[in-house]
Amino acid sequence: MTTYGLTDEHTMIADTVRSFVENEIYPHEDLVERTGEVPPDLAQQIKQKTIDLGFYACNFPESAGGAGLNHVEFSLVERELGRGSMALTHFFGRPQNILMACEGEQIERYRDPAIRGERMDALAMTEPGAGSDVRGMKCTAVRDGGDWVLNGTKHFISGADHADFLIVFVATGEDDTPRGPKKRITTFLVDRGHPGFTIRDGYKSVSHRGYKNMILDFDDCRLPDGAVLGEVDGGFAVMNEWLYATRITVAAMSVGRARRVFDYALDYAAEREQFGQKIGKFQGVSFQLADMITEIDAADLLTLACADRLDKGLPANREIASAKLFASECLARVTDAAIQIHGGMGLMDDYPLERFWRDARVERIWDGTSEIQRHIISRELLRALGA
Amino acid sequence: MKVLVPVKRVIDYNVKVRVKADGSGVDLANVKMSMNPFDEIAVEEAIRLKEAGKADEVVAVSIGVKQSQETLRTALAMGADRAILVVAADDVHNDIEPLAVAKILKGVIDEEQPGLVLAGKQAIDNDMNATGQMLAALTGWSQGTFASELDVDGDTATVTREVDGGLQTIKIKMPAIVTVDLRLNEPRYASLPNIMKAKKKPLDEKTPADYGVDVANRLEIVGTSEPEARAAGIVVGSVDELVEKLKEAGAV
Ligand SMILES: Cc1cc2nc3c(=O)[nH]c(=O)nc-3n(C[C@H](O)[C@H](O)[C@H](O)COP(=O)(O)OP(=O)(O)OC[C@H]3O[C@@H](n4cnc5c(N)ncnc54)[C@H](O)[C@@H]3O)c2cc1C
Ligand SMILES: Cc1cc2nc3c(=O)[nH]c(=O)nc-3n(C[C@H](O)[C@H](O)[C@H](O)COP(=O)(O)OP(=O)(O)OC[C@H]3O[C@@H](n4cnc5c(N)ncnc54)[C@H](O)[C@@H]3O)c2cc1C
Repeated sequence: MTTYGLTDEHTMIADTVRSFVENEIYPHEDLVERTGEVPPDLAQQIKQKTIDLGFYACNFPESAGGAGLNHVEFSLVERELGRGSMALTHFFGRPQNILMACEGEQIERYRDPAIRGERMDALAMTEPGAGSDVRGMKCTAVRDGGDWVLNGTKHFISGADHADFLIVFVATGEDDTPRGPKKRITTFLVDRGHPGFTIRDGYKSVSHRGYKNMILDFDDCRLPDGAVLGEVDGGFAVMNEWLYATRITVAAMSVGRARRVFDYALDYAAEREQFGQKIGKFQGVSFQLADMITEIDAADLLTLACADRLDKGLPANREIASAKLFASECLARVTDAAIQIHGGMGLMDDYPLERFWRDARVERIWDGTSEIQRHIISRELLRALGA
Repeated sequence: MKVLVPVKRVIDYNVKVRVKADGSGVDLANVKMSMNPFDEIAVEEAIRLKEAGKADEVVAVSIGVKQSQETLRTALAMGADRAILVVAADDVHNDIEPLAVAKILKGVIDEEQPGLVLAGKQAIDNDMNATGQMLAALTGWSQGTFASELDVDGDTATVTREVDGGLQTIKIKMPAIVTVDLRLNEPRYASLPNIMKAKKKPLDEKTPADYGVDVANRLEIVGTSEPEARAAGIVVGSVDELVEKLKEAGAV
């Protein structure tokens, strides 16, 4: 089936990633669900196969050793990866694009090994006291001689259990503005095991078993100037330049997962009989399916349209927020309806639906909650009118 | 040596097939189509021959609807060097029959002069299992069907065939037509760099008329029906119970 605006090449990229997920990820999902762990040899195997296929770090430009996919192509990769367990697809490595801000020695130490799959990264912004309100962060770095000394705690840091280094945002000062004090933020690169820096287990999450969130503690952690990514006090500039587009990832993954879930619901409705007929014959069921697929198609096209705007260099902040909001909420409705269509069996772990339903929950929270996306969308429209 | 690999666009093996209401065939509207899995194995084998230095060019050819282009692009992304599309039908439901396909392939062979044709043993849509054999008859070339092992050495090829009850190994003279079976190899995924390169590889478009072949169907499909539904299984508590049930069913 062709999709509006996609070429044969796009379809082939999507089909290849989909086959990969079906053959290399699906068979191991139950193990991860049961144990909450990804065995190291399995992680290595997924990573190596991804490297062999030339998909590792495919979001990076060719000049840096990536595959140079544009936003539409990369969204298709993310969409198909979204079908599979995040704990496992994590090793189909897509390092943070922000590493393109590396300069000088940072390139050989962080960026290139990350692209080659030799070192894994994780990104830390959130703190117990600062979630949506990123600027409210209390983690600080202060000057001491020629160095920086970091103190504070980050939490909910995904993938930090496997990370060889962290990209960390901390406050490096405060400006007085007419609207009150405003923190200045700087981005640092910190190696696992660096003195004064510890990574410990985070919370048990209902979503994405095996894809762990960790707590980072900085206790007089001393870093040189060379650890600053981008400019001192330039953390927001770095964020805006590179993290702007990562919300598309959540939208794209939500679409992929919703399609996988939909197929379960469709098949069940076509097979399960009650009252002497297939339950799909009841409008109460069939109309739910109609609404599900309509929403999924809409979310898919909205997401790809945002990616296309980025490829064309058009402003996309509002549109990306809409896609992230709509696709993640669509996934929530689709997983809920799929369970409803399965009746009691939908809740049982004989089917993966209860897992999809749990996994869906976080998509409305991370990378900016639904409320924050609505805030972005409405502010952009109203500010222009002076409201 | 040049290797020619015919590839067919068929309903994806994961798709649950639905018979059309009028029984004229299987519903192909809006379903996922892919390369016939046996043809994927043939493409893989051809690429391996090239990697081993035994072949210098792999040419994929597809005969069917215009959309078979996608199937050829997949072959190119796997590693084939160029492709030929023979547009022989407008309607996806119009399946070109093996004899017409074999005649067109004969035309392609006359033009391309390959040293080996590697084809799937059959297409999973209608399981005809005839094209390779017919092509061998039309060309007068040797044939090795149902290959689970292939070794090409100069002007001979050793083919291990999967036959009823075991394996048969034959030596055949090149040029040859070899049709491949499931266990020959495990086809690779298209790598990302090859997907990106595939678009730039040449894909020539032809028509059956270019080869002087009439593709009108000779066979008439009188009906298509779903296989009979299988009865649900039961879980037995012990070996004794299993034996008892089998006795009841007259199976032992
Ligand atoms: C499993 C998991 C993994 C994560 N991984 C990472 C990671 O790798 N790195 C990282 O830095 N962070 C990560 N996060 C953090 C994530 O981005 C935050 O959870 C998210 O930004 C929300 O912050 P919070 O949880 O502190 O909620 P809060 O910000 O405290 O929000 C609580 C509620 O208040 C609402 N709210 C807040 N402000 C407003 C407002 N202005 N208007 C209206 N409503 C508002 C929110 O929408 C929400 O409903 C992760 C989170 C989770 C759950
Ligand atoms: C945790 C749990 C505990 C339970 N405990 C008990 C118990 O103690 N004793 C007991 O007897 N049962 C128990 N049940 C069974 C429960 O009552 C059934 O699950 C429920 O009646 C639904 O039946 P079903 O799961 O077979 O779904 P189905 O009946 O197969 O329904 C599947 C879907 O089809 C829809 N559907 C079915 N018919 C129609 C129709 N005519 N029109 C429109 N839509 C239709 C349903 O709404 C649902 O969305 C329990 C179930 C669960 C999950």
